[in-house]
Amino acid sequence: MKKELKIPRIKNGTVIDHITSGNAIKVLHILGIPKTSTFVVSVAMNVKSRMGKKDIVKVENREIDPREVDKIALIAPKATINIIRNYEVVEKYLVKLPDEIVGIVSCSNPTCVSNSREPVKSRFKVICKDPLRIICYYCEREPEDISERII
Amino acid sequence: MNFKGKDIISIKDFSKKEIDYILEYAKKMIPYAKGEKYIDALKGKILSSLFFEPSTRTRLSFESAMNRLGGRFIGFADPSATSQKKGESLSDTIRMADAYSDIIVIRHPQEGAARLAAEFAEAPVLNAGDGAGHHPTQCLLDLFTILTEKKHIGKNNIVLLGDLKYGRTVHSLAYALALYGAELTFVSPASLKMPKEVVEECNELGIEPIQTSILDKAVKDADVLYVTRIQKERFPDAEEYNKVVGSYKIDNKLLSTTKQKLIIMHPLPRVTEIDPEVDYTNHALYFKQAFNGIPVRMALLSLVSGGLL
Repeated sequence: MKKELKIPRIKNGTVIDHITSGNAIKVLHILGIPKTSTFVVSVAMNVKSRMGKKDIVKVENREIDPREVDKIALIAPKATINIIRNYEVVEKYLVKLPDEIVGIVSCSNPTCVSNSREPVKSRFKVICKDPLRIICYYCEREPEDISERII
Repeated sequence: MNFKGKDIISIKDFSKKEIDYILEYAKKMIPYAKGEKYIDALKGKILSSLFFEPSTRTRLSFESAMNRLGGRFIGFADPSATSQKKGESLSDTIRMADAYSDIIVIRHPQEGAARLAAEFAEAPVLNAGDGAGHHPTQCLLDLFTILTEKKHIGKNNIVLLGDLKYGRTVHSLAYALALYGAELTFVSPASLKMPKEVVEECNELGIEPIQTSILDKAVKDADVLYVTRIQKERFPDAEEYNKVVGSYKIDNKLLSTTKQKLIIMHPLPRVTEIDPEVDYTNHALYFKQAFNGIPVRMALLSLVSGGLL
């Protein structure tokens, strides 16, 4: 039987696959889409896969730099980035978490100086990649639920 | 070992070797700290003493330490008399202090404030307490007190007692004591237990602290009893505070069941947790501990300035 696609194949652009189910919207938010983007974006959520359920994001006519999306590893550590040209996957990457997360997650500590009106961006050090653990550079507090703290 | 220009933000920024070096350096400062000898290693240098929160010992001992080294200080003990009142940001205040002085000492109610100050200042920044965060100079003077009284830091059975949840001194101290391999027992009311991150840090250093709410048994074989105040100002509401205040009291009756050479330390101020009758026993080390703030802070001010004895 022919496999039915939930969202159509794209000719050129980027497919972000294997996003943790339910997190596609947050991925778009982290990538600044659609706020700063005029590209056509398709989203599929809770798609059945061998590993259970997943989300997929397809961005047409834009090849996203894999390093640009590494930060989505915060909430989608198993995501893959597929660069598509003329319907073919020409490059494929696994997201790789950077050692420092800047300006994406807010500190869960209300009395952390990074939550005051000082001219600094939130900054977290990645202390463990699997399971993911981050601590605030300023107050050294560890947020319990990282996805809840995404700015 | 070169500390010139180094910020002192958290005890975790230092290796055991570096801590040993600072403590040995502090020992040499004792006659100068007592006024028995005179030194002008920091002559011509200015310290900014920025206290956004109340303090007695830390502020006075920093300022005394700077004077004892032949330097001078500027600053404030009450931020309501500064431009903060007009809405100035901390980073702008730090820029000013950086322009006016050679070293900056800061106490601030927000966690991470000293780390932020260090980003905006070229001068070395010494953290004198950032909210419930770190208080590294207190930690160093605590280690110094144990070292000078017991001749070593590890190999001691050390009980940390009281508010282990909000008390910033005990968080840094537990880590540092674990670094030295001390045997640790944490005694607190259930609602004020040591945060799990601190316990995990001790575990990573190979120490498995005992956690209990019963003091009598824990203190029996202790070499050091480190008492902390239940800090009203860190409690989200008065009801929670009233539930736990007065949970423990150190008095001569309790001390009759402990080792004779047990030393009692306290970062001060104390409220009701240590009975004044204990002050007259050989166990009471807290006033000497407070004095030790001077040689330790002299050592730090001298080291970050690149000054030598």
